[in-house]
Amino acid sequence: MCGAPAQTPTLPPHVDITKETVIYGTVSLGDAPVPAAYVRLLDGTGEFTAEVVTSATGDYRFFAAPGEWTLSVLHKDGSVRKAVVALEPGLIEVPLTIS
Amino acid sequence: MSRADVLVPADWAEENLNSPGVVFVEVDEDTSAYDGGHIAGAVKLDWKTELQDSVIRDFVSKDKFEALLSAKGISNDDTVVLYGGNNNWFAAYAYWYFKLYGHDSVKLLDGGRKKWELDGRELSKDEVSRPATDYKAKDQDLSIRAFRDETIAAIGNKNLIDVRSPDEFSGKLLAPAHLPQEQSQRGGHIPTALNVPWSKAANEDGTFKSDDDLRKLYVDEAGLDTAKDTIAYCRIGERSSHTWFALHELLGEQNVKNYDGSWTEYGSLVGVPIEKGV
Repeated sequence: MCGAPAQTPTLPPHVDITKETVIYGTVSLGDAPVPAAYVRLLDGTGEFTAEVVTSATGDYRFFAAPGEWTLSVLHKDGSVRKAVVALEPGLIEVPLTIS
Repeated sequence: MSRADVLVPADWAEENLNSPGVVFVEVDEDTSAYDGGHIAGAVKLDWKTELQDSVIRDFVSKDKFEALLSAKGISNDDTVVLYGGNNNWFAAYAYWYFKLYGHDSVKLLDGGRKKWELDGRELSKDEVSRPATDYKAKDQDLSIRAFRDETIAAIGNKNLIDVRSPDEFSGKLLAPAHLPQEQSQRGGHIPTALNVPWSKAANEDGTFKSDDDLRKLYVDEAGLDTAKDTIAYCRIGERSSHTWFALHELLGEQNVKNYDGSWTEYGSLVGVPIEKGV
């Protein structure tokens, strides 16, 4: 089913990172993690692909594919955008700091 | 029908939290979101356990829907204001569902939970309890629901709108990118489908774009033929509910159906045609 998996720092056990391109990280403001931030994944053309809300510990995660992506964060206290290049499947950590 | 009949802004919602006959209902993709804070007085609907049959891949029966809404304290005369996360994906799904079972007055909170939170409006963790009612549903209105065979027959004959992201449409991804890539057996899209991602109908804060912008998007840019019937689909029918809402409820297009079987059904059928690429 299509229920959003919990945005946890650890991956669900069935995920095969030799096949999945996992873009993940923490949204923070200063040194503090930001829960309830809206993180968007945009494709190489800037088109919306997916959105998640950060967990209580500020974590987010996407299961994308190799390619060029942009992460865009909205929160009532700030925002940030960051480009990501994923060359192959695997884990790609991208910390995001809003201001 | 006008936009004001089906959509309420956050200011209106805040002013009507305690209005008699108005019931706020939260439906989230992440079904735990409500428990972390919800609009004061809102009741929760769980799309996975309460709006879906636990055995058959289908909606709950009319009898079960009646029992569900009765237990939630929703009456036939109430105005139901739906909202939820992920830009109202599942709130739009629930809106379509309520219409399917013939509820008269139902509206979406424009922007849903996202706009509410970005505005810094208050959320409550108080438990909500409403007196039980005796809700009576109507038979499903199948003029707004498409099934597999009708969708296959629509290839080349009706407007088919695939509202998934371009990478799902092309077959590069099998699911939205916030979900592990699993489910359907094949990637791609239904031949002759237009790709108009649901997200193009919404602003960044989750509110719907203006009627003029929506008409330009679907008709002028995507090439929707308004003389033909339309079927929208996505992966399981929630994002296409959002597009169905934009086309049928906001723009007033007639004969628009949501194919809730969507790609998890179509992409696993034996022998049906599939196209890949853009």
